[in-house]
Amino acid sequence: MLNPEAKLNPKLFDDDVAQAPTRDGFGEGLVLAGDANVNVVALCADLTESTRNEAFAKKYPERFFELGVAEQNMATVAAGMGVTGKIPFISSYATFSPGRNWEQIRTTIAYNNANVKVAGHHTGISVGPDGATHQATEDIALMRVMPNIKVLVPCDAVEARKATVAAAQVWGPIYLRFQREKTPVMTTDETPFIPGKAQIFWQSKKPEVLIIGCGGLLYNALLAARELEKEKIGAVVVNCATIKPIDDKKIVELAKKCGAVVTVEEHQVEGGLAGAVAEVLAKHAPTPMESIGMQDTFGESGAPEALIQKYGMAPKDIVAAAKKAIRRGK
Amino acid sequence: MESLTEDKLKSLELMANRLREDIIKMVSHAGSGHIAGPLDMAEIFTAFYFHILRHDPKHPNWPDRDRLVLSNGHICPVQYAALAHAGYFPVEELRTLRQLGTRLQGHPHRGILPGIETTSGPLGSGISQAEGIALAARLDGKKYQVYCMTSDGEHEEGNTWEAIQFAAKYKLGNLTVVVDRNNIQIDGFVEKIMPLEPFAEKYAAHNWNVVEIDGHNFEEIIAAAAEARAVHDQPTVIIAHTLPGKGVDFMENNYLWHSKTFKPGEAEKALDELRTLRGKIRSEHE
Repeated sequence: MLNPEAKLNPKLFDDDVAQAPTRDGFGEGLVLAGDANVNVVALCADLTESTRNEAFAKKYPERFFELGVAEQNMATVAAGMGVTGKIPFISSYATFSPGRNWEQIRTTIAYNNANVKVAGHHTGISVGPDGATHQATEDIALMRVMPNIKVLVPCDAVEARKATVAAAQVWGPIYLRFQREKTPVMTTDETPFIPGKAQIFWQSKKPEVLIIGCGGLLYNALLAARELEKEKIGAVVVNCATIKPIDDKKIVELAKKCGAVVTVEEHQVEGGLAGAVAEVLAKHAPTPMESIGMQDTFGESGAPEALIQKYGMAPKDIVAAAKKAIRRGK
Repeated sequence: MESLTEDKLKSLELMANRLREDIIKMVSHAGSGHIAGPLDMAEIFTAFYFHILRHDPKHPNWPDRDRLVLSNGHICPVQYAALAHAGYFPVEELRTLRQLGTRLQGHPHRGILPGIETTSGPLGSGISQAEGIALAARLDGKKYQVYCMTSDGEHEEGNTWEAIQFAAKYKLGNLTVVVDRNNIQIDGFVEKIMPLEPFAEKYAAHNWNVVEIDGHNFEEIIAAAAEARAVHDQPTVIIAHTLPGKGVDFMENNYLWHSKTFKPGEAEKALDELRTLRGKIRSEHE
């Protein structure tokens, strides 16, 4: 059953569950962060509307900077502002930022310890028709390997808003990951959001498998847990919205309790959430683990839902992975 | 800026020579590092830290200080020497360059050494960071000037030209870029590796105020910085023509000294030349 402490959307499993893209939550959060702190500034590289910088740009034109199609410059200008008391949020599609400007982020933001927030948009294959060039499936790996930087992957638009507001309040370089397509709104204003804390969304009485997810795909993990329950297989589903620093304490505790683990992400499993979880488990609690996500392959054009099906990230795939992990643990 | 008296000029010339001696000693002692660029920037760093900058070495984080951002981080020995002599940290610490535990990293790192405004090394990112600081100054209503030291070679980086366009768009009059036009880079002469000319015209076409100077002439350096400060609606670039390896005859204009290390006896020979030069500077002013 859904964890009542998470105060999730009561209509979560309804057919007409509210849907919104996480980038919308970013746009709202950016304005709220700007309202709260005059030092918040926003920089964008010719994608103001689609990265949802428009509302901030309209409300605070003197604090919004249009860089043109120049992601390397965007990162480095932000670095200069970040070492001079400003709190810059830089936005582009994640294949370009942190894709194209990775070295600039490494040297001038992470190593330089500049207070810059990197917002990577259009992540995962659910970007859809634009194809693999615009579907970021490596960004979590690129960012979590860097010292000094934190990595946040909100699971829905409401959490995206909270994560953006929190990013402005937490000092230091932070990577925020957002999605283009609408995804079900799982959380509510009352759902607690604490950076660095993984949160239980689904809790069975006798769990046999721990499903750890991030981003909008977490919804499929919940659907899978409901399916498993129908087959009398208990599960715990955790929202791992902070991938770095990862909540290793909670992951180890729950993995030991469940005895089998499945990770769920719209990202390459190598280096992504699966990689991060595997690092924790190998060190503290070796546990059979299966990984849902991109399996060392690029995406392609197509409808988002069709791509999720083709690349094995549907609820049925998560159910199968859970059963396999449980089998391996016995 | 105070006026440039004959006495001041002499003290600046002697200081530049002092920095050159320290650069040779530091790089020789470290056993690695870059040498030609630091040597040819000795007058410029001397002019900035001992005449042009509004700064307070005892309060390196003074919010109203002028910022000096080093883009081509590999020439940091000249900046380290200038910072030490200006009083940011003890001169004796220069000997720790590139050693384990040092604050004087092989390429400069912000936060561990007073006076370093940004971490640098990978080329082409300095101008844009200086722009970020200049924009922050504008938002905060601060009057300080932001200077960025760059090399000609790093104008091969795309990021550099992205930054050049951006500064013109935002009319960053509080930004001054100094280019060390020494025409060398690791693989050879810049004009052979990837021609930059017509260099000044390129900046002018990007709506920058352009000044060209002899980078070893203090009067020209100081006059150019004063002009840059007076131009409010445009960023200024000072293209400083320099002689790589300046001050040491067997290094001058030889691109191999961009990042070559000393063979036994070479550092001593270079220091001998600089001591002779010190005597000449003294006698010329007497």
